[in-house]
Amino acid sequence: MDNHKPNKDLFVPVDTREDDSEKISRPSLSFWQDSFIRLRKNVGAMIGLVVLILLIVMAAIGPSLNEYDQFEQDLSRAKMPPKIEGMGWLGMDGTLSTVQTNDSLDQAETNALMRFNNDEDYIETTVLNDGSNGEPAEVEAVYDVYAAKDMEEQNFWFGTDGLGRDLFTRAWEGTRISLYIAFLAAAIDMVIGVAYGGISAYYGGRVDNYMQRIIEVLIGVPNLVIVILMILILEPGILSITIALTITGWISMARIVRGQILKLKNQEFVLASRTLGAPDGRILRKHLIPNVLSLIIINTMFTIPSAIFFEAFLSFIGLGLPTPLASLGTLVEDGFQSLQIYPHILFFPALIISLIMIAFNMLADGLRDAFDPKMRE
Amino acid sequence: MARYITQRLVYMVITMFLIATFTFFLMKFLPGTPLSAADRLSEEQQAVVLAKYGLDDPVPVQYFNYMVNLVQGDLGISFQFDNREVTTIILDRIGPSLQIGLQAMIIGTLLGMLLGLVSAIYHNGFLDYGSTFTAVIGQSVPSFVFAGIFQYFVGVKLGWFPVALWGTWEHTVMPTLSLAIFPLAIAARFMRTEMLEVMGSDYITTARAKGVNKFGVVFKHGVRNALIPLITVLGPLAVGLMTGTLVIESIFAVPGIGDQFVKSINTNDFPIIMGTTLFFAFFFIIIVLVIDLLYGIIDPRIRLAEGE
Amino acid sequence: MDNLLEVKNMHVSFDTYGGEVQAVRGVNFSVKKGETLAIVGESGSGKSVTTKALMKLIPMPPGRIKEGEILFEGRDLAKLSEKEMQKIRGKDISMIFQDPMTSLNPTMKVGNQIMEGLIKHQKMSKAQAKKRVMELLELVGIPDAESRIKQYPHQFSGGMRQRVVVAIALACNPKLLIADEPTTALDVTIQAQIIELMKDIQKKTDSATIFITHDLGVVANVADRVAVMYAGKIVEIGTVDDVFYNPKHPYTWGLLGSMPSLESEVAELYAIPGSPPDLLNPPKGDAFASRNEFAMQIDKEQEPPLFKVSDTHYAATWLLHEHAPDIDPPEAIKKRVAAMATNSGKGDRS
Repeated sequence: MDNHKPNKDLFVPVDTREDDSEKISRPSLSFWQDSFIRLRKNVGAMIGLVVLILLIVMAAIGPSLNEYDQFEQDLSRAKMPPKIEGMGWLGMDGTLSTVQTNDSLDQAETNALMRFNNDEDYIETTVLNDGSNGEPAEVEAVYDVYAAKDMEEQNFWFGTDGLGRDLFTRAWEGTRISLYIAFLAAAIDMVIGVAYGGISAYYGGRVDNYMQRIIEVLIGVPNLVIVILMILILEPGILSITIALTITGWISMARIVRGQILKLKNQEFVLASRTLGAPDGRILRKHLIPNVLSLIIINTMFTIPSAIFFEAFLSFIGLGLPTPLASLGTLVEDGFQSLQIYPHILFFPALIISLIMIAFNMLADGLRDAFDPKMRE
Repeated sequence: MARYITQRLVYMVITMFLIATFTFFLMKFLPGTPLSAADRLSEEQQAVVLAKYGLDDPVPVQYFNYMVNLVQGDLGISFQFDNREVTTIILDRIGPSLQIGLQAMIIGTLLGMLLGLVSAIYHNGFLDYGSTFTAVIGQSVPSFVFAGIFQYFVGVKLGWFPVALWGTWEHTVMPTLSLAIFPLAIAARFMRTEMLEVMGSDYITTARAKGVNKFGVVFKHGVRNALIPLITVLGPLAVGLMTGTLVIESIFAVPGIGDQFVKSINTNDFPIIMGTTLFFAFFFIIIVLVIDLLYGIIDPRIRLAEGE
Repeated sequence: MDNLLEVKNMHVSFDTYGGEVQAVRGVNFSVKKGETLAIVGESGSGKSVTTKALMKLIPMPPGRIKEGEILFEGRDLAKLSEKEMQKIRGKDISMIFQDPMTSLNPTMKVGNQIMEGLIKHQKMSKAQAKKRVMELLELVGIPDAESRIKQYPHQFSGGMRQRVVVAIALACNPKLLIADEPTTALDVTIQAQIIELMKDIQKKTDSATIFITHDLGVVANVADRVAVMYAGKIVEIGTVDDVFYNPKHPYTWGLLGSMPSLESEVAELYAIPGSPPDLLNPPKGDAFASRNEFAMQIDKEQEPPLFKVSDTHYAATWLLHEHAPDIDPPEAIKKRVAAMATNSGKGDRS
C-alpha cells in the first residue's frame, strides 16, 4: 500500500476548531416544502391530481361545449347512441349493433332485423356463422340510428337518454352538482368537526368529557340510517342532501382533531418548546397547526369521494335529486333502467363517477404518505 | 373487561333508544298516513283505519305503545300490504340478504387478505404495485358500477350468469361479486400495511435469528400478528356491505330486505321504511359490538390483562 | 487456525432514495473460540449493522454486503444462500437483541418461542424440547418454569423478558453468541443482573461472544478484547488492557474521557466535539479528522491504515506514523486512565 509512504510535509497539525464539525450537512426544509417534494414524486397522486383537474374543468365548461340544453326533451331523438366525428373506431359511431343466434340462419337474420324494427334501409347484416358446421347460426346487425332518424347533421357525443336529452351536457351538469354537493358537505364537515374537536381538546376536563359522551352515542348510529331518515324529513334537494351527509360526517373529523391535539399537547417537543419559553402563538403556529392541518386535509380528501358515493347511493334508493335535475347519481340510476339495450346511458356517468372517486382516493393516499412524519428520513 | 362490556352495552342501549325515539317522532312529522291513498272513506271508516294503526291515541300513548311493541320485536303493520306485520316481512326477506352479504364478506376478506399478504411479501415488486392498484380501484369504484359492468358484460353479453332475479346459486354470483370487491380492497390494503409493519418489527428479526425459514416467519410469526388488528375493520366493512346490499339487491332484483326497502321508499310505506331502518341500526350496532369484543378475546394482550 | 470467526474487509451499504449509505466501510476482525470481543462506538458507528450483517439479518434490499468475507469455521457466510444461512442461524450463531419489550412475539407463548429453534435445528420431539426449555429457563434464572412457558411475553417484566431472549439464543448451544446492546433498554439494576447472567453463561457454555455496547463499564467487565468503531470502521482494536490503559486513537481517548466514573477524582468529563459524519457522503481522508483536535494535514487527504502497536493492539490513526509529531493524550484523559488502572488493580480484573 502506497498509503504507508505519505509525504512528510503532510504531518503538520491543522486547526479543526473552526472547521465544519458542527455543520448540518443536508439542507433544511420546512414541513410543507418537504411534503410537497414527496407528493410530487408520487406518480399515483400526480395522476389523480391531473385527472381531477381535467374533470373539474370539464364540469365547468362541458355543458356549454355543444348546442344542446340539459333539460331540452325531444322524444324523436330518444336513446340515441353516442357519436363523435372521427371517433368511430372507439365504437362511438352512432350505430347500435346486435348479434342474434338461432339454429336456423333465416330465423337468426329475421330476429336481427326485428331487433331494430325491420328498418331495413339502415340495417347492415353480416353472417358471422352460417350454421353449416353444426353450431347455431350467428347474424350481426348494425343499425345506423342517426341515418334512420335523418339526423346525420347532429352529434350527440355521449348519446341521449330516454327523453332525448343530450347526455354529454347532462353528464357534466351532473358532475358539477355532484362535486358541488361533495365539496360543500366536506367543507361543512371540516368546520364543524374542527370546531368540535378543537373545543373539546382545548377545554378538556368536564367539557371534553360531555362532548365525548355525545360523540360515543352518535358514532354508534350507522350513517346510512341517519342519512335516510334526514332525507325523509327534508324533501330531496341539493341542500337537504348536503345537510343529511353532514349530520354524521363531521364526527370522524372531530375525533381526529381532538385526538391529534391531545397527543401533541403532551408531546416532548411541545413541552420542550414551552419550557424554552416559546409563546403560545409560536407553539400553535409551529407545532400544532402543521401537525393537525395535514390530518384535516387528508381526512377532507377522503370525505369528498365518500360524499359523492352517498349522493349516488341516495339517488339509487329513490331519495336522490328530483327530476329533471341531473347528478351523477341520478344519471347512473337512470342508466340502469335500460342497461341491457342501451348501455351507453349508464356508461358515461358511471365512468365519470369512478374516475372522480379513484382520483380523489389516489390523491388522498399520496397526501397521507407525503404528510406522514413516520416516512421522514 | 367486564366493565368495558357493561359500558359498551349501556351505550348500545342509549343509542338504540335514541334512534327509536327519533324514528317515532319522525313518523309523526311525515305526511304519509294509511289514509292518504283512500280519501273517499267515510268518517267512521277512517276512524276504524286509524284505530287499527293505533293513530287515534294521544301522541305520548302512541309513543309508549310503540316502545313497548318495539321491545317485544313488533315493528308495526305495513300500509301497503294489508295486515302484514313489518317484522314478518323483514324475516321473510332476510335470507337472500344474509346470503349474499355473508358470501361477499367471506370471499372479499379472504381474497383481500391474500392479496394484501402477497403485496407485503413482494413489497415494492411488480406484484405489490399490481395488487395495490387493484385495491385502489376496488376501494374507489362504487359497487353499483361493478354491478353494471357484471350485469352487462357477464350477464347480457357473455350470458354466463343470470342477469337478475333469485333462485339457484348462479343467481347469487354477480350480486356477491359486486358486493365483495369493496371488502376485498379494504382488507387487502389493511393487510398490506399491517403485514409490512409486523415484518419490520423486532420479533420478526428474532424469529429469523432463530433460523426459522421464510414460510415460518411469514405465517407463524407475521400473519397472526397482522390479522388481529384486521378484525377492527370488519365492523365498518359489515356496515358498508349493508349500504351496498340496498343498491345491489335492487339492481339484480334480489328479493331481500334492501330491495323491499327501496320499493317501500317509492310507495311511501313508512312502517316498513322505519321498521327496516331500525332493524338495520340495531343489527349493525350489535355486529360492531360483537366484533369489538371478539378483538378483545383474540388478542392475548387484551384477553389476559384481566387475569392479573 | 483457532479463529472461529474471521471478518475480512467487510463493506455493508444501504441503498436509499438519497443514495448509497455506507454503513460499514471495510471492517476486519476475528473471534477465537470461547473468547469475548466487545465492539464499542457511538450510535450510528455501524456496530449493530456489522453484527446483523454477520448473520445476514439486515433487510436486503435496501441493505447489501458489498464486499468482503465472513469466514465462520472456514466457510464464507457472505456467499451462502438464505436457505443455508437458516441452518446456521440459531444453531451455530445466535443473537440477543436490544429491546426485550419488542423482540418477543406478542401472540406466541414463551415456551413455544424458545422451543422453535430446538425443534428446527435439533429435530427434537415436543416433549424433549419442553424438557430442554425447562433447563434453559433454569439456566437463565427464571423460576417456576412449568407455568411460565405457558404465558405470553406481556406477562413478563422487562428483565425477565431479556432472560427469555437469552434462553432463545442459548437454546441450541451456539458456537458464537452475538449480544446487541443487551442491557441498553433495561433499568440499571436489571442491567447488572443481565451482565452477571451473561458472564455466568460464558463460564458454563464456552461460547464465543461478540458483545456490542456503548457502555465502556460493561466492556471492562465482560470482554477479553475490544474493537472501537467509528463511522463504519474499526479505529482501534486490542485486548481490554491495551485499549483501556494504552489507548492510541484520539477517538478512543474521547470515549474513555467521556465515561463517568464514581471512583474517579477527575470531576471533568471530556466531550468529543461535533457529530459523526454523514455516511451518505463519507468525508475524504480520516472520517474523524473534523472532530479531532490533533488532526494533521494528512488526515484531510488520506485514510490512515491500521498501525500495529503490539501483537494484539492496532489503531488507525496517522499519529502512529513515524513522521507524526509525538502527541500525548490530553492530561484529563491520562488521569482517568491512571485512575482506572488503580481501581482495577484493587478491583476484580485479573
